[in-house]
Amino acid sequence: MSLIASNLCLKADTEYHLNDVCFEMSKGEIYTIIGRTLAGKTTLLKTIAGLIAPDSGTLNLDGSDFGRIPVWKREVAMVYQQFINYPHLSVYENVAFPLKQRGILKTEIHNRVMKSLLQVGLEGFEERKIQALSGGQQQRVALARSLVKEANIVLLDEPLVNLDYKLREQLREEFRNIFTAKASEDAILIYSSTDPVEAMQLGGQILVMDEGRILQQGNAKAVYENPSSAKVSQITNDPAMNLFEGTVAEGKIILSPQIQFDLPRHCQELPPEKYNFGLRAAAITLDEGGFPFTIELSEISGSETFLHLKHEHVKVVGLLDSVQNFNMGETVMARFDTTHLYAFATDGTLKSSPYSGMK
Amino acid sequence: MGLLYTCLKYLVVSLWSIFVIAPFLWAISTSFKDFQSVTNGATYIPWVDFEPTLEGWRALWKSPAKGGVDIVEPFFNSIFVTCAGSLISILLGTLAAYALSRFTFKAGFIRNSDITFFFISQRIMPPVVLAIPFFIMLGKFALLDTLLGLIVVYIVLLMPIAVWIMVDFFNKVPREIDETALIDGCNPYQAFYKVVLPNSIPGIIVAGMFCLIFGWTDFFFSFILTFTEVQLLPVAIVALNSSITPWWSLSAAALVSVAPLIAVAFVVERYLSKGNLSGALK
Repeated sequence: MSLIASNLCLKADTEYHLNDVCFEMSKGEIYTIIGRTLAGKTTLLKTIAGLIAPDSGTLNLDGSDFGRIPVWKREVAMVYQQFINYPHLSVYENVAFPLKQRGILKTEIHNRVMKSLLQVGLEGFEERKIQALSGGQQQRVALARSLVKEANIVLLDEPLVNLDYKLREQLREEFRNIFTAKASEDAILIYSSTDPVEAMQLGGQILVMDEGRILQQGNAKAVYENPSSAKVSQITNDPAMNLFEGTVAEGKIILSPQIQFDLPRHCQELPPEKYNFGLRAAAITLDEGGFPFTIELSEISGSETFLHLKHEHVKVVGLLDSVQNFNMGETVMARFDTTHLYAFATDGTLKSSPYSGMK
Repeated sequence: MGLLYTCLKYLVVSLWSIFVIAPFLWAISTSFKDFQSVTNGATYIPWVDFEPTLEGWRALWKSPAKGGVDIVEPFFNSIFVTCAGSLISILLGTLAAYALSRFTFKAGFIRNSDITFFFISQRIMPPVVLAIPFFIMLGKFALLDTLLGLIVVYIVLLMPIAVWIMVDFFNKVPREIDETALIDGCNPYQAFYKVVLPNSIPGIIVAGMFCLIFGWTDFFFSFILTFTEVQLLPVAIVALNSSITPWWSLSAAALVSVAPLIAVAFVVERYLSKGNLSGALK
């Protein structure tokens, strides 16, 4: 089974919500659509679900025109980022709802509902009203309802985004196991997220979206290692990959009169001209042998510290794997690990990657 | 300071309660009086100030020929016209409101909000402006002085209230609920009556209450558009007010006229507190 989108376009006024979107998705895989807010992720999911009709382009499922099937006849399930359930029904009735719509026998409905509730850890909650559940439990009900249908395509629109941090971490792990099991049942699972960490954790295939366009498509590792453009590198990293302008000249990379370093091995063949160089936060550390930077902001996140550093026009974020306190305006020496340096042309396309060398 | 505030609060509430309840007490007391008790100065406490009698209440069922005031027929006319008008208004108003809330209508410069305003604008005009057109139109269709004519007029008058309240209510129901119902296998009509409608009961009840109140208390149109064949309760009660007003029967009739609304309010109040959408979108 494969879902093929060809040239999907959707325009509202002058703005593209979907801009020539093409992809092919196969059964048994998890696909993560990653992009910033308003990138077109939800629009794409709703288009696949049939809730939005594109201006042009086609959707094919196993060779048949999927776009012509009305939404209520499509074998699709969807979980929203808001916890959408039917408030007038109990947990059991909520999960059973799509099966009742199909006219399935009561005994089978019961078996499938109980199986789904067990999968999401809600056994014993059957008679509860939705209003009596916590946010996490409500989202589990929505997930159970999407699983019970045993649909060919399961769409998950940032299902964890409205949960608190702790619960999100817990559910992410649980959901990953459920999704992996679901994907192995010959379904196509499409998960949208703004969080690169979530996308990488889920593994599978990644589609990077921005302004309604798919910028890159590939497996998680490949996209992480070789982002096709500077934009992709920013979307798929948290914090976003540091990008700074520099010039290649005489075997060196010159960022400013004070910040110059030798071309790393994978960038040796870069012709001398201007580039946008990229370096992940983890590749910038404090070292006495580094370059002088002023601390603009210091953020402690869990057991790590993010340092926002500035030197003339060069602004970067460094990551320390310990909790440290700094004063704003303090000068520190920061070292760039150039073995992890990316080089992008001024138009944003990848020119050199530490994982695959010159492009 | 706290005690003073509490006392002041109770005093204001008590005064307001007296202001609201006093007319009812007056009507209840008067409805159990007879000619002597009403005309021989002010009396308040039954069995002490006056001997209570059911004469005023009995007269409500008697025909005028037998000394009664006969409000039975106007009472049931009112119930029929108000209920029919309200039900049809709610039915049509809810459908119109759902469409206005969920679909985008464009016709020249007219948008959804303009259509909603068009509905409610009919209630902004003074009733007298509508009276003559209604009179002429009902006359043309031979509906003057008929229950059907009044129902038609009440639908026109009540539907804007239903649309106005329900548009606002549907706008607060997340669209994602409809979408989820569609994805779960409902066609658009099923999504409406299986999912959206059950979650809109509080809004429908509020709209229904307003329709019932406005319909039940209307005097103007039932007075203008009926003559001899059909009479509604407000007109019948006002008709009792003459040079020889039977105040005891008038009071009993007034109490009968408010009783249905009080009963409806008590029943409906339970449903109003029950339904909410907190589980739909946290």
